Amino acid sequence: MNINLNISSFVNEPNFNSISPDKIYDTLIIGGGPAGLTAAVYCMRKGMKTALVLKKAGGQVAETASIENYPGYSYIDGNDLTLKFREQVMQFGIDYAENVSAERIIQGNVKKTLLDNGSAVSSKSIIIATGKKWKKLNIPGEERLINRGVAYCSICDGPLFAGKKVAVAGGGNSGVQAAIDLAKIASVVYLIQHRDRLKADEILVNSLKKFSNVEYLLGHEIREIHGEKEVEKITVENLSGNSSFEIPLNGVFVEIGMIPNTGFLNDVLKLNAFNEIPVDHLCRTEAAGVFAAGDVTDVRYKQIIVAAGEGAKAALSAYDYINFEFV
Amino acid sequence: MFDDSVKNQIRTILNPLKERVNILYFTQEFECAMCRDTGEFVRNINELSPKLNLTEFDYLKNPDKAEEFGIERIPAIAIADSGGKDTGIRFYGPPAGYEVNSFLSALLETSGAKQEIPVALMNRIKAVNKPVNIKVFISLSCPYCPEAVIAAHRLALENTNIKADMIDVGVFPHLGVKYNVSGVPKIVINETRELVGAHPIENMLEVIEKL
Ligand SMILES: Cc1cc2nc3c(=O)[nH]c(=O)nc-3n(C[C@H](O)[C@H](O)[C@H](O)COP(=O)(O)OP(=O)(O)OC[C@H]3O[C@@H](n4cnc5c(N)ncnc54)[C@H](O)[C@@H]3O)c2cc1C
Repeated sequence: MNINLNISSFVNEPNFNSISPDKIYDTLIIGGGPAGLTAAVYCMRKGMKTALVLKKAGGQVAETASIENYPGYSYIDGNDLTLKFREQVMQFGIDYAENVSAERIIQGNVKKTLLDNGSAVSSKSIIIATGKKWKKLNIPGEERLINRGVAYCSICDGPLFAGKKVAVAGGGNSGVQAAIDLAKIASVVYLIQHRDRLKADEILVNSLKKFSNVEYLLGHEIREIHGEKEVEKITVENLSGNSSFEIPLNGVFVEIGMIPNTGFLNDVLKLNAFNEIPVDHLCRTEAAGVFAAGDVTDVRYKQIIVAAGEGAKAALSAYDYINFEFV
Repeated sequence: MFDDSVKNQIRTILNPLKERVNILYFTQEFECAMCRDTGEFVRNINELSPKLNLTEFDYLKNPDKAEEFGIERIPAIAIADSGGKDTGIRFYGPPAGYEVNSFLSALLETSGAKQEIPVALMNRIKAVNKPVNIKVFISLSCPYCPEAVIAAHRLALENTNIKADMIDVGVFPHLGVKYNVSGVPKIVINETRELVGAHPIENMLEVIEKL
């Protein structure tokens, strides 16, 4: 029997102060994944007046079971790494708010950021490090049947589909991993993806091939999810033949990757075709005093070490901006 | 079951325990499928703080105790305060996996080492004056589930009219079927009202106030 201890949720935070609506901060960091937390360490060490708002500490790292490519650790659990990141920020006595989302940024020489708890933060610069979240299919039936057979977390909801028929949408690493987990308990797993080749790493694809209860529907897309109270069937389209058919089943696991958390930036910054924030080599965005780092940017590689490195760059860039450009 | 480093981490987490906490574990002589693991789990945790006091009850031989605590199935864990008074907190199935966090949190909060709740919200919790049962259905591999379990247990702790059960659908699949659980966490209040997802205290309270 496994246990997944989340130590960080038990640590008390003597050194966090609340954010003051009256101060003008040198910088406001939005997001508490590897990018935001690293930026916080750099800003505090530079002596900047810093505020940090975040929805959930650790970001995607807190949802990752094992990490084997962060330097210094040949293996570390995502919760443990989150705890270590947080501890390092905690020593400085930063102004901080957790479980809070930025909702809007009002540009200006001094910028104002509105939060979903009704308060506002004023700052000379902003570092956006809001990362990514899971993508939806955006097809009829999906929204209505969430948690009634439509699921986005295969490790959470997988056990409920023992002996049942399920579909996995997505043939990348997360899709194939979900299919492997589900093949162990479900009667049939349909792996559905629009490309005609699985995009996942070979090592994962090979372990999926060992299961005989997986049906591959490559070059196919789910068009609609049907069901009254629960998922009952899906409509699938064969992209090459332009034909569609139905499959009766009980569950649909959506594993089609992630989208950047940039919805709150509506009019402040132009985004690229993937809704990412374009940045230059100093993490500067097109808006003066607004910096961005990590998975939310157009930097191609989405990794913890990359996000942390970009967070450090954004902090140093913001420091230079405050000292040499801000008037 | 736990290696030394995990044991030390749990000891540290349990350090702030204030009052003693009574853990009542219900099992039976011929152990049920998950009883062995659940028993081993609570015994292991019990050793990690002198403030914890575990008592084991045979569900069949000790029907009075089971009835007093309203235990309907095993394996079950009930939490009572230092005076032995029921908190209304129940775990049906082993609180392992991610639920270890709910279990430790229940021990801390029962002992008096509580997270603060805003006064206005606390007044609303105290005002609940009818019997309420909250069932939170979970799976042990669900990282979001403890949030819902901890919120429901806190409601139970603050008002004796409220009882809150964590139920592992993996251990009690027939309950999963009965309550139509096809996504976790799922919260069922007084058998009729449902919330799907990890809802905070406020949302559960809103449903309770409308009962
Ligand atoms: C399952 C999984 C496994 C992975 N495994 C690895 C691995 O082994 N190695 C590796 O290097 N990388 C791995 N990655 C990728 C890695 O986790 C990311 O590249 C990294 O976390 C990006 O960091 P970030 O800080 O840019 O964003 P995130 O980690 O996404 O953090 C974003 C932060 O912003 C917050 N936020 C979002 N919106 C708002 C808002 N409006 N207001 C306030 N706060 C907000 C979030 O709560 C969070 O704190 C994995 C990712 C996943 C999903």
